[in-house]
Amino acid sequence: MGDVILTMKGIDKSFPGVHALDHVDLEIRKGEVLALMGENGAGKSTLMKILTGVYSKDSGTITYEGKEVEFKNTREAQDAGVVIVHQELNMLGHLTVAQNLFIGREFKNGIKIDDKKMIEESKKLFDRLNVDIDPTEIMSNLTVGKQQMCEIAKAVSFDAKVIVFDEPSAALTESEIEEMFKIIRDLKKKDIAMVYISHRMDEIKVITDRVTVMRDGTYVGTLITKDCTKEDIINMMVGRVIYEDPKTESAVAKDAPVVLKVENLNAGKMVQNVSFELRKGEILGFSGLMGAGRTETARALFGADPKESGDIYINGQKVDIKSPRDAVKAGIGYLSEDRKRFGIVVQKTVAENTTMATMHEFMNGLFINKKKEKEVAQQHVDALATKTPGVDQLVVNLSGGNQQKVVIAKWLTRNSDILIFDEPTRGIDVGAKNEIYKLMNKLAAEGKSIIMISSEMTEILRMSDRIVVMCEGKKTGEIDISEATQENIMNLATREIN
Amino acid sequence: MANKKSLLKGREAMVVGIIIAMVAVFSILSPTFRTYTTFVSILDCSYYVALMAIGVTFPLITGGVDLSIGTGLICYALFGGYLIVHKGMPVGIALVACVIVGTLIGLLNGFLVAVMDLPPFLATLCTCMINRGLGSLLSGGFGVSWPSALEPAGWFRSIFRFKAGGQVIPVGIALIVVLVIIMSFVLNHTKIGRYTFAIGSNKEATKLAGVNVKFYHIAAYTICGFFAGLAAIAYSATYVTIYPGSGAGFEMDAIAGAIVGGVSASGGIGSIIGAFLGVIVISLMKVGLPFIGLQANWQQIITGLVLIGAILIDVVKKKK
Repeated sequence: MGDVILTMKGIDKSFPGVHALDHVDLEIRKGEVLALMGENGAGKSTLMKILTGVYSKDSGTITYEGKEVEFKNTREAQDAGVVIVHQELNMLGHLTVAQNLFIGREFKNGIKIDDKKMIEESKKLFDRLNVDIDPTEIMSNLTVGKQQMCEIAKAVSFDAKVIVFDEPSAALTESEIEEMFKIIRDLKKKDIAMVYISHRMDEIKVITDRVTVMRDGTYVGTLITKDCTKEDIINMMVGRVIYEDPKTESAVAKDAPVVLKVENLNAGKMVQNVSFELRKGEILGFSGLMGAGRTETARALFGADPKESGDIYINGQKVDIKSPRDAVKAGIGYLSEDRKRFGIVVQKTVAENTTMATMHEFMNGLFINKKKEKEVAQQHVDALATKTPGVDQLVVNLSGGNQQKVVIAKWLTRNSDILIFDEPTRGIDVGAKNEIYKLMNKLAAEGKSIIMISSEMTEILRMSDRIVVMCEGKKTGEIDISEATQENIMNLATREIN
Repeated sequence: MANKKSLLKGREAMVVGIIIAMVAVFSILSPTFRTYTTFVSILDCSYYVALMAIGVTFPLITGGVDLSIGTGLICYALFGGYLIVHKGMPVGIALVACVIVGTLIGLLNGFLVAVMDLPPFLATLCTCMINRGLGSLLSGGFGVSWPSALEPAGWFRSIFRFKAGGQVIPVGIALIVVLVIIMSFVLNHTKIGRYTFAIGSNKEATKLAGVNVKFYHIAAYTICGFFAGLAAIAYSATYVTIYPGSGAGFEMDAIAGAIVGGVSASGGIGSIIGAFLGVIVISLMKVGLPFIGLQANWQQIITGLVLIGAILIDVVKKKK
């Protein structure tokens, strides 16, 4: 491991009402990948934003290459060689790849922007990183993976000495992550220091050298990656031991009635001849890599996207689901992976969100019965242990986990017997995850049937009674939990199909 | 965008097709349409709209809008006329004054939007009202006439309508074409243009790239105001009298033209050539529809329908 290139000492930062960082220390060395871990809200992103000049610190010092520095904006940080690859892709979708790479520092020929030179330089950059991207392509036409490569290429092109990756893999497929790791290893050889923020333990194990853990805005400690276990890290993150054992046996009786039967569902390339059954009280895991067609299957089943063919039976009765409205009537509730877009109305209260799908039950003639609405919402807040000051609270002020509970409450008021959870714990921190898991188990025990789409292997193995695996739009297998292992699931998820 | 594969891209070629089709339909249905006078009157009512459209393309591409240019145009023209008629100033000064006031109002819009963070729709709605009030105030509520083409001081009218032997030569179109070319270059090959697209595409990301977003955001509105000033000159040169209180709705012709020409109202997409061609479509409807017996009310309805069609094309494209 190389010399220390950057030290942050006693960094303190407060936002109105929140003490986001409390005297945090961090040390980064040349040619290493340092994992920065912590629950959501632990202060990782804030710390990195202070480092790269997005925010200013209240107190503390940053020493970079032996000198104390304070970057006033991202530009200054970039010029000094400290760059961040942001969590949300910071792409200008309407512009070309080359225009994106050199945004803010265009080559000029008089007053004219020298697009030709920008394209040439982009080509050189991509060659160096061994990625195949056409610099003249419009950015929004690229896959998310390629866009991420562009972000990294951009970071590298600043002659960066320190690169911060803020959850770079969140939207990437396995092969894209592999490709990114190749680039990261390459950069390591060039003595570039990197900070890698991620929630994915397996990645941390593979790519990082040391792990620094933060909790509630404080520095907890630093470990050497190869000398520590996942449990060590998780314990430091949450300050408590977390139960993460896989389920070993299905909790559903063999003769439990089939509540949902899907036969030969077809909807475009992503859903080809998908058939499966869901039993009462069962949690059916849907596993697969990104782009396997799991969400698409759920959306076709739910009537959110048109289906080409296929039969759906609920409690043995054939149903014709043409729209989400039909699906809801048939007793299906869908909890989207993208809560903010499809799940909740953030600027509305907990009560209003809870009754969103069942408005008609809360009407007094033309008027909404606010009192009843609040009562019912309060019942759900109590039953689900949603942490909110009250049902009048705007949903935007709740944490991710509690927002998810509001969505669950919405479907419970609707008496949906079949619940589709699409990535139920995405963007939810470890502690709140456990609560969501408990809640799902409770719902299943009460006789609700759950389809759980998840990209997290641990989540699949921990929650499912049975697992359907998909790959490239086709169902490639079905495994009972008693036989499921990471290996056989992965095998099905990556199987070549002729 | 910046890589021009052909002079006219898909959308612009389509608008040219529409223009040709409209001319053909009007010509067939009404023989009197095919006259030089009609040609000139189409251009006459295109100049000021085209100038506004060139300007408003910038705020539109940033994802904003400028509603103040219509009443602004009248306000600046009234101010210029006031300087000539009541203060006895030379026409040249009045022309420069139009552009300066227009640019300042554009600057104010830019300040409100980029620095004070007002929604563009509301910010420019406010300046739209201010413009209208200012215009009436300056003129005392009366119409103002700039010098006519018969007076020596009316020389500025020949910038747009050059009279040679009783015949009007619409030289204004050459000026507009030159401006279209210059502003196309600005939009596609300079920093101002590049960052106009960037802001409309993803403002936050542009800021993070270290771009002085406020400056370029203000620049987009200032350019728009500058062109509203030019439009005031074009309007004063084409029409005899400027009435306070008119001008509301002028901006809609310009915005509609730009959108018909492929400028996206949600930002990030658009071209000056497209905006210009779109304005020609609007002007053709304005002048052409009466020839086939459809009066002003119909023209409004049809403009609305055409606009829906233009926006639908974008929506459908996005869905694909």
